Amino acid sequence: MSQLLQHLINGLAAGTIYALVALGYTMVYGVLKLINFAHGDVMMVGVYFGYSTAFMLGRAARQSLWGVALVFLAAMVGCALLGFLIERFAYRPLREKPRLTALITAIGISFTLSYGFQLDLGPLPGASPRAFPQIIKPNEWFIIGDRDVVIWNWQVLSLAIAVGLMLLLQFLVFRTRFGRAMRAVSFDHRTAALMGIPTDRIIALTFMLSSALAAGAGLLYAIKDTSVSPLMGLYVGLKAFVAAVIGGIGNVPGAVVGALLLGLVEEFVVGYAASTWRDAVAFGFLILVLLVKPGGLFGRVAAEKV
Amino acid sequence: MRRPVPLVLAALLLGALACEKKAQAPSAPNPGASGAPSAAGGAPAPAGTLLLGVATALTGGQATFGISTRNGIELAIAEANEAGGVKGQKLATRVYDTQGKPEEAASAVTRLINQDHVALILGDVASSNSLAMAEKAQAAKVPMITPSSTNPDVTKKGDYIFRVCFIDPFQGFVMAKFARENLKLSKVAVLKDNRSAYSEGLADVFVRKFTEMGGKVVATESYSQGDTDYRAQLTAIKKQKPDAIYVPGYYSEVGIIARQARELGLNVPLMGGDGWDSEKLFELGGSAVEGSYFSNHYSSQDPNERVQKFVQAYKAKYGGVPDALAALAYDAARVAVDAIKRAPDTKPASLRDAIGQTKDFAGVAGTITLDENRNPVKSAAVLKVGDGTYEFVTTVAP
Repeated sequence: MSQLLQHLINGLAAGTIYALVALGYTMVYGVLKLINFAHGDVMMVGVYFGYSTAFMLGRAARQSLWGVALVFLAAMVGCALLGFLIERFAYRPLREKPRLTALITAIGISFTLSYGFQLDLGPLPGASPRAFPQIIKPNEWFIIGDRDVVIWNWQVLSLAIAVGLMLLLQFLVFRTRFGRAMRAVSFDHRTAALMGIPTDRIIALTFMLSSALAAGAGLLYAIKDTSVSPLMGLYVGLKAFVAAVIGGIGNVPGAVVGALLLGLVEEFVVGYAASTWRDAVAFGFLILVLLVKPGGLFGRVAAEKV
Repeated sequence: MRRPVPLVLAALLLGALACEKKAQAPSAPNPGASGAPSAAGGAPAPAGTLLLGVATALTGGQATFGISTRNGIELAIAEANEAGGVKGQKLATRVYDTQGKPEEAASAVTRLINQDHVALILGDVASSNSLAMAEKAQAAKVPMITPSSTNPDVTKKGDYIFRVCFIDPFQGFVMAKFARENLKLSKVAVLKDNRSAYSEGLADVFVRKFTEMGGKVVATESYSQGDTDYRAQLTAIKKQKPDAIYVPGYYSEVGIIARQARELGLNVPLMGGDGWDSEKLFELGGSAVEGSYFSNHYSSQDPNERVQKFVQAYKAKYGGVPDALAALAYDAARVAVDAIKRAPDTKPASLRDAIGQTKDFAGVAGTITLDENRNPVKSAAVLKVGDGTYEFVTTVAP
């Protein structure tokens, strides 16, 4: 029983990280119908921004509240800027081209970031994994028996941040002018432009928002698993993408539910069966969902008019 | 819309240039870049010297291992030259970079054999590179000694291929014996990397030996190289309440595993193999790895006089404590020099026979006697992880 409870906690902790990354995929897809395969790598770059900031702060400042806030802020602002640059120089020139072109470019950006960061030159980090400094003082909050079930302050924090950001996004998309503009652009960006909506600016803002979100998610991931490496984005990005598709890509609550489900499924597979099956079951789950409900759990299948 | 194009092009060009430079470095006629003390790439060796080929990773992910290897070999060669050389000749090395890639390793060996006509070849660290090299060396019938490739298949490539390190399964045996006899443990869990033949090999032998010696393996869990979340496996292991966990993986994963084990309240020692031997283990594992044990080829703290003499000489020349790879490379080069001395001439077949007859050779990382499979029979060191250092615990004989 205690083992089951511990697996449940571990799975939720993994799922919340996937959820935050999946939100970025879902937002960009919602607006542009573009699967931004570089999203996971933007997350990785964000983690390195946070890593450098944490080291510049020094050991004493790291576990203070403002220190943590500064680390998150630096990573999120840095990534927002990176997201802006990627959109401006990689995707915008291709916006009127077939959608496949942008998809290939996204994969190109992804590889440029993940392999570029393996170079060992000056500011670039090199290929080997690093330990992420402890920026949040670990604290056990909830223990059953003699440490039979352990829950940590940062696990609760991640879940709270993920749910908070989800609600905030939902509010942003459905209750604000910016959200309405986003939805209009998503519906038809040429017509939206004719109606006086600054499409380029809306799209750039969407990218910046999703990249900042990725940076936040990346930091929570680094705090959870204590390790940073240039290839982490490929792996987490792929899993989060699967989560977004399971939930119904383009759907904000769907991304969160899909990610939590995926986190739990993986945890239980590894805990009760074998780690070899982790990816097979994750992708099997994806195929099953797509077979039974092609739009994802929360998605609608839009009838394409021919 | 046009502006980004030159930008992207420039970035691509830069990347391509960086790759070019790397690829050319070893073959460029520049002794400084290749690290060869005397001979320049491609040029014939100076008259009166005997050329030894070295192929190891000087760049890429295994670069720290490869550089230690090169240093160890050059220290041994310098000492041999100071002592008067062999057969009235001085020794020289020609060093090529394998970049840690099997295809580069194979081409480096081809160059060493066809262009440089070396007498024998030393290298590489990673078994996959040595396997590619052994293929070429065996086909050309040039003797090759790998200092530190532990995969059993390397020397199976043929009768010209030797090694001076013990093979993978032996480490599983050592830790099983150590756990039973020295630590007196009875319940151990195993957490192995199911994407690595190295890890599987060590784990299999460990389980067999530990059970034979009356111990009980209470859980066997696995992970995949590159994972960063091991909580599911550790939670399952914790339920079995083991006395220790055998994790025969690499430092990059072990450090994180240790942290997550402590976090889940699993406060038992971890045990492992030579894949743990890296400064990075402390960075990744922090205080969580303290008190764990692993088997290794040697310890720089081994009070043995031979070891201490080597450590001093290495420190004087390179200014750092030699790791196991440097020690094994030093041994490999000395075994080669010893064989050249004993051989009637420097023909490949004579050298092969002389290397094969190596017996009771006093190496830094143990006494080397090569068996009929060209693998050494030697003991291993067990180290305990302390606060930023390894403490020498004991040696375990086969």
